[in-house]
Amino acid sequence: MSVEAPAIAGMTGDALLSLRDVHVTRGGRSILKDISLDLAAGEIITVIGPNGAGKSTLIKAALGIIDPDSGTVTRHGDPVIGYVPQSIALDPTLPLTVRRFLALAGEGNERAWKSALDRVGAGPLLEASMHDISGGEMRRVLLARALLRNPAVLILDEPTAGVDITGQGALYRLIQEIRTDLHCAVLLVSHDLHVVMAATDRVLCLNQHVCCSGAPDQIREHPEYLAIFGRQASAEIGIYRHHHDHHHDLHGDVCEHDHLPESHSHHG
Amino acid sequence: MDEFLLRALAGGLLVAAISAPLGCLVVWQRMAWFGSTLSHAALLGIALGFLLGLDLKLSILLMSVAMTVLLLLMQRFPDIGSDTVLGILAHGSLAIGLIAISLIPSLRIDLMAYLFGDILTITWSDIGWILAGSVVVMVTLARIWNPLLSSIVHADLASVDGHQRGRLQFVFLMLLSVAVAVSMQVVGLLLVVSLLVIPAATARGYATSPERMVFLALLVAVVSVVLGLVVSYLLDTPTGPSIVAASTLLFALATISRTLRQGTA
Repeated sequence: MSVEAPAIAGMTGDALLSLRDVHVTRGGRSILKDISLDLAAGEIITVIGPNGAGKSTLIKAALGIIDPDSGTVTRHGDPVIGYVPQSIALDPTLPLTVRRFLALAGEGNERAWKSALDRVGAGPLLEASMHDISGGEMRRVLLARALLRNPAVLILDEPTAGVDITGQGALYRLIQEIRTDLHCAVLLVSHDLHVVMAATDRVLCLNQHVCCSGAPDQIREHPEYLAIFGRQASAEIGIYRHHHDHHHDLHGDVCEHDHLPESHSHHG
Repeated sequence: MDEFLLRALAGGLLVAAISAPLGCLVVWQRMAWFGSTLSHAALLGIALGFLLGLDLKLSILLMSVAMTVLLLLMQRFPDIGSDTVLGILAHGSLAIGLIAISLIPSLRIDLMAYLFGDILTITWSDIGWILAGSVVVMVTLARIWNPLLSSIVHADLASVDGHQRGRLQFVFLMLLSVAVAVSMQVVGLLLVVSLLVIPAATARGYATSPERMVFLALLVAVVSVVLGLVVSYLLDTPTGPSIVAASTLLFALATISRTLRQGTA
């Protein structure tokens, strides 16, 4: 297995969004270190990692909401970014319908809102109050809002948190369809290992640094991945994994890291 | 109609017009306490205005701006809760303001007029000021309405769209300072916040969109001003409190009617 240094997840070349050696510290504590990542059109990259791994911080850095302490975040050719936050904690004092919420984005018209909602399977919600819709419906409405501007890069924070297992699968299929339709780059953060593994091109396993990255099949066998997700991962392997008895020498750009911290030194 | 009543009505309606949208924004962001702080600090502004020979509305405005900046600076100490900071600023400045006024020996001012308003002595020049303030508030609000609303709904989402919440928030707080300065004569410093908050709260139960809530709040504020003036004129009650009492009555009626509607539904 060849080593790519620094380990960069994703294809280079036609990248729309690149992170290089991004460091973020808060209160003297390092939250992200040495993060490099390229996001190319038509590609889905999923960031997984335990709580406190810096997943949300990575998303915020990629979106430009926070500035990294060092390193760079580059947008190539000023792509339109669509952001789908986890949820919206709407204050109950603020009356808001789905229609008005979509209009707030400052894009499109009545027809655009309807077709965006139809696209995500939330057509009937146009006149609904944002306070009365379920978590899964909220996710679809947020996705519809992001679609209003035809994004070249779609960034989603935990798109399936709090959505039941059937809903999760449906949402991931939807994200895949949108990727195909718009040929946009997708960066998403997730907990749901098994669905991620089935519905993503590349996985980036994050624990403040990039533990490992690569195609789902490769990640699954990576010692750092197993160290972090051990039980959960192995329980799901039997169901979701198609078995391989060979190694992945052909995909050489993954699953190695040249500066591992002590706590992850149990490589076999 | 007597001319002083006409002036009072003009001043009151202008204040109602800016109170409705600003009041909704205050309610949506849970900032009623901030409004109170501005109005308490305004008394210190009045004292300084007398000392320095400044126009009182201007000195109130300057004091409100100073309080806003002070509050933003104090946010660097998150271990002192923001409501605590507001409490310190409100009561600290009120106390200092009261002392300052008592120390100016030549000054025999009617404190009640500032605390509870004196809309019946309002002059055409005052109304000119209120009109100017209202125009500034309305024009600015119209320009930032969607971005501001967007940043209230979700700060990060708005930020990705290029709308910085901090900046919008600062503009909003400046507008609130203007509103406090020009409302002072109408309802008085102690009651400024009530004309912001009560019409908005009355409207909430009947509104399905932010703009509809502003419109309904405007209706409530206008009715309150007219009702308060009429009652004050007929019964010789203090005008500011009469206006606020009228809006409180409307709030109570609206809430009772909501409760009944829910009960039968």
